[in-house]
Amino acid sequence: MRVTVQEAPFDFGREAEDFASGHHDMGAVVTFTGIVRDLATGDLDAMEIEHYPGMTQKALEKIATEALERWSLGDVLVIHRYGRMTPGEKIMMVATAAPHRVDAFEAAEFLMDYLKSRAPFWKKEHGGQGTNWVAAKDEDEAALTRW
Amino acid sequence: MDVLYFAWVRERIGVPKERVETSAKTVADLVEELKSREERYEVAFSDLSALRVAVDQDLTDFDASIEGAREVAFFPPMTGG
Repeated sequence: MRVTVQEAPFDFGREAEDFASGHHDMGAVVTFTGIVRDLATGDLDAMEIEHYPGMTQKALEKIATEALERWSLGDVLVIHRYGRMTPGEKIMMVATAAPHRVDAFEAAEFLMDYLKSRAPFWKKEHGGQGTNWVAAKDEDEAALTRW
Repeated sequence: MDVLYFAWVRERIGVPKERVETSAKTVADLVEELKSREERYEVAFSDLSALRVAVDQDLTDFDASIEGAREVAFFPPMTGG
């Protein structure tokens, strides 16, 4: 298991390749990456992500550990950035490796659902209309109940 | 103890972190104490359903004990991912 919280960009292709290469008994690797998306109006200049240093790493490790306990997985990778990013930049990625694909897919979805509402990150949009803290969505909280 | 604020809670209160001497026993007691101090706290804590709290870097709720706690943090619902 590897959990990394960093300001710098990461190389998604290389991370995915490294993660998928290390396992000989894993038949499935699932990756997900989240990307800064422009607003419908097309005027998002930047997304700023604040986090809670000290708690962030622990919270992510707790979520990753729970995934390892609940599914038959060989490995889990979580990379999450903070700081200022522009549309198109990758914010975060998760990867799961499992003997079979169902575990890899489900664990990746579980990780994403929990990262959304249980990891101490807050997004602020900077655009032509000023700044706006992104509000948590009710459906993101509701998504946790399926696990 | 240290009290930390994040995102719009930090902006409304005006500082990211402050040292608070308190005899409050729970998070809710601490909130009431802060609200009685200054209007900016009253504004930031006006709707607790819009806030989350962590005691010593673990998510918890407003009924949680803070006796012996080193750090209490207040923030809006998280938006990771």
